[in-house]
Amino acid sequence: MTQNNKEIIESLSPIERKIMPYLKEQNFDLVIKHSGEDRVTALRALEFLNSKGIINLHISKKKIVDLGTNGIFYKKKGLPERQLLHLIEKKSCSLEEAQKESKLSQNEFRAALGALKKKAMIELKNGKIMLNSPKNEIAKKTLEETFIDELPLDYNQLKPEQLFALNNLRERKEIIEIREEQIIKYEVTELGKQIIKEDLSSAESLIEELTPEMIKIGSWKGKKFRRYDVISQVPRIYGGKRHFVSQATDYARKVWTEMGFKEMSGELIMSSFWNFDALFTAQDHPVREMQDTFFLNKNINLNKDIDVKVINNVKQAHEKGIVGSKGWQYKWDEKTAEKLVLRTHTTCLSARTLSKADKNKLPQKYFAVGKCFRNETLDWKHGFEFNQTEGIVIDENANFAHLLGYLQEFFKKMGFEKIRFRPSYFPYTEPSVEIDVYHPEKKIWLELGGAGIFRPEVTTPLLGKAIPVLAWGPGFDRMLMDYYEIKDLRDMYKNDIKQLRQMKLWIKG
Amino acid sequence: MAILSISRKQFEKDIGKLDEKMENKVAMFGTPIEAITNENIDVEIFPNRPDLLSYGNFKNSFLAFLGKSGKTGLRKIKIEPYNPKKNYEVIIDKSVEKVRPYTACAIVKNLKFDDNKIKEIIDIQEKLHATLGRKRKKAAIGIYPLEEIKLPICYKAIDPDRIKFQPLEFPREITGRQILSQHPAGREYGFLLENYDMYPVFIDASNEVLSMPPIINSHKTGKITRETKEVFVECSGFDLNILKKLLNIIIFSLAEIGGKVYSMNLKYGNKNIATPDLTPESMKISLDNVNKLLGLNLKENDIKKCLEKMGYEYKNKSVLIPAYRTDILHEVDLIEDIAIAYGYENFMPKIPQISTIGEQDKKEVIKKKIAEILTGLGLLETSSYHLTTIDDQIKKTELKETNAVEVMDSKTEYNILRNDLAHYMLKILSENVDVEYPQEIFQLGKIFHQESNIIKEKEHLSIALAPGNFTKAKQIIDYLSKMLNIKFNIVNSSKIPGYFIDGRAAEITFNNKSIGHIGEIHPKILNNFKIKMPVALLEIDIEDVLRELS
Repeated sequence: MTQNNKEIIESLSPIERKIMPYLKEQNFDLVIKHSGEDRVTALRALEFLNSKGIINLHISKKKIVDLGTNGIFYKKKGLPERQLLHLIEKKSCSLEEAQKESKLSQNEFRAALGALKKKAMIELKNGKIMLNSPKNEIAKKTLEETFIDELPLDYNQLKPEQLFALNNLRERKEIIEIREEQIIKYEVTELGKQIIKEDLSSAESLIEELTPEMIKIGSWKGKKFRRYDVISQVPRIYGGKRHFVSQATDYARKVWTEMGFKEMSGELIMSSFWNFDALFTAQDHPVREMQDTFFLNKNINLNKDIDVKVINNVKQAHEKGIVGSKGWQYKWDEKTAEKLVLRTHTTCLSARTLSKADKNKLPQKYFAVGKCFRNETLDWKHGFEFNQTEGIVIDENANFAHLLGYLQEFFKKMGFEKIRFRPSYFPYTEPSVEIDVYHPEKKIWLELGGAGIFRPEVTTPLLGKAIPVLAWGPGFDRMLMDYYEIKDLRDMYKNDIKQLRQMKLWIKG
Repeated sequence: MAILSISRKQFEKDIGKLDEKMENKVAMFGTPIEAITNENIDVEIFPNRPDLLSYGNFKNSFLAFLGKSGKTGLRKIKIEPYNPKKNYEVIIDKSVEKVRPYTACAIVKNLKFDDNKIKEIIDIQEKLHATLGRKRKKAAIGIYPLEEIKLPICYKAIDPDRIKFQPLEFPREITGRQILSQHPAGREYGFLLENYDMYPVFIDASNEVLSMPPIINSHKTGKITRETKEVFVECSGFDLNILKKLLNIIIFSLAEIGGKVYSMNLKYGNKNIATPDLTPESMKISLDNVNKLLGLNLKENDIKKCLEKMGYEYKNKSVLIPAYRTDILHEVDLIEDIAIAYGYENFMPKIPQISTIGEQDKKEVIKKKIAEILTGLGLLETSSYHLTTIDDQIKKTELKETNAVEVMDSKTEYNILRNDLAHYMLKILSENVDVEYPQEIFQLGKIFHQESNIIKEKEHLSIALAPGNFTKAKQIIDYLSKMLNIKFNIVNSSKIPGYFIDGRAAEITFNNKSIGHIGEIHPKILNNFKIKMPVALLEIDIEDVLRELS
């Protein structure tokens, strides 16, 4: 025996050794039959033998047409159309009677009716079902019935009439099942032929699994260990993992806290007051229509939660203006402000925070990360939920250059080195700015989010005084999609376990 | 989003070569480029600048921004004063007060319309209707061929059944009421009038209806053609101030294509008002405020120059505002325009040396810990929508009793707020039946609960194991409580959700309060979700846990 053959024999697992004597016939079914192993185990053994060069394994696939759950049942009882025919043969009856007496479900009945009409075996006259062909014709098996009797069949070898029957039956519920079957063939190689001839009994004394028992009593002494195929593939395993959006939002939290910001949290359901009115968004602004925003058909009582002074100040800012502003010049309606919405931005949290901030302890810096909503359709670039992150700086000395400084630092930490600022518009900030980041691969500017200094009409009613408040609220999803190379917005919520398992970790900063 | 589409050829002829530098300038003017081709450049016009929605106005404002001499400062056009002999008059009847009280009007002559210009004018109208006009509710514009009209004009409200004319692009004469149901514009905007007893109309001196604002013009007297040389322009609505500015935007656009503008006398009872009114409003500005807000060190002459580039005039610490600007409410609006003229790209970003302490929300920190414990056990975190469908939430779980909170007018079948996470966990498993098992997943998130008409938001945790059994799920909850050093109790209960197998589910309590359930899912529910694996699931309200631990 050559050294090579010896090592191969030492590497054979018990199961490989077990099927070895039955390989000669080169027929997988016989291997199973003679070895007494199940299909999966036997196939795994063949794969091992293949990788050792003992056999050449060929696995191909075949589509098999077979009976589905209903199909098995119908084969015994007859297809619904046959059942219906039996009934009508006895007497012509109305649709209602036929369905009732045939005891078919509504679906079955409809399918049976359709099938018979298609074959022109019946017709409907004055709401009654009448036979339309001679009895001997009716007694014959239909193509579908013949087909059902013939199953299982190889899909690729179906005759035209069988294909026709298949297509008719396929549309109906669970009559047909098409499954893929593996065809397994192999031939024994030259090396294989040599190994088969060898005496494998020497391998039987090899240690298969090292057990605690063996270690304890030392029964391994003087024995050899079976050699493993260290190259072969092992089954994949997956670790537990945070959802990729959570990984990124956690990172954002870290960035904000590093920059000295304190987290604001709050409800997803907000009053229009915090979501719009406190942010100087006029009550006839298009964003406040059901077209754009989710309303809940419920109101809250503003006076219960909010300082009446704040409400009146906001009202004044809208109606006549405040601190030198002209306001929007209309009659502000408290009821409109009481309507509940799913928050459209995290900026509502900033507004509420301002109303509670201690003006004697400035500067203060806050941030929020969270879900926001808009009434949108669902397709690759639209969705009704999105992630936003938001920061504010309340500082008597804050100015526009500072805002740009914070933005630059924040986006740098989020991984965007090259950014540009350009003018923008939001009802509640002035000046307003849009942040574009440069995408080095796509060579384009990506719009990542808005920012600005809150208008005095926002800050004065809430803080009692026009203190500059820097604010920025970039959408988060675009950054995520770029990082994870997600093209379809719906994938953010798809919970495709395979995708979640394989997705890379958020590594930044 | 309002878009102004400009012919590239026209742009390059009037303004300059559209290279990368110019593209950047366009964005830096506050009109970002949405799309650019060899034929066209589409720029976005923000809602605060409806005056830029016509190409003529955009061109002039942008040239000023670029500092083109002769273009900076206040733009002036000549208005021929009102001539009493010519009947350039609109009489506003008291009857419109309750329906649509105001109008601002003008006459423009010397126009040469071709198909392109007609299209442009219709386009501006449409865009102004959609934006500043708030879909014609707040303000609407009408433009009519003066040749077909006998002056003076009367604006009044009358019985809709007595209004009779042939609306634009309609085959025959119908009544005002019929327009609301039969004409496409009537069907779209009819809701703006349907609740009134009287509908507003413009009628000329020979009793011909010109239009029924804000719905539709007359086909006979309200259609601009290539033959039209002179027009009557009206804006109707609820705020005279806005209407005047809207009229000014149109007037400036028409003047740009060669129109000569004539003033009209509007008779509001005993009061006479002349429109168009191009008198600029004046607003004070303080150099200190500018420099403080922007973080710059500008001199008075600098802000003068900046303001002129944005179409203003600066005199003695006051700014004269063009009569077409609708967005200047406060000094800060002027300061922003100074910043734009100064150039956003010219600011030096800086972070001030102030010290604040960063801090994460305590609850979020605990939630993160819980997630870490569970991922340590090999569980995979999932994340679902807060909105859900009735089919998933109620039908498939066979939960009869739910008080789902509905959102109004959702554009998708997701029209209720989720009441639990469990149904989403089952949905996820049902959508992954072809993926390798075991599938062990969890989710943390808010659910919505209605209690005596108050909607409560609660943080929940749900875990689903497939294949899974009661023991495995209980092991996880035991481990979690040990790691968090709190005590969850598993107790027998009669109040178990119907989706569990009776006798293989329990209640989970915390501090003697029920916070959720744990158990094996009933096969009929698995069938509903088409899941072919046994599933163990738990869901708990973690609000009290978060409170205790933070």
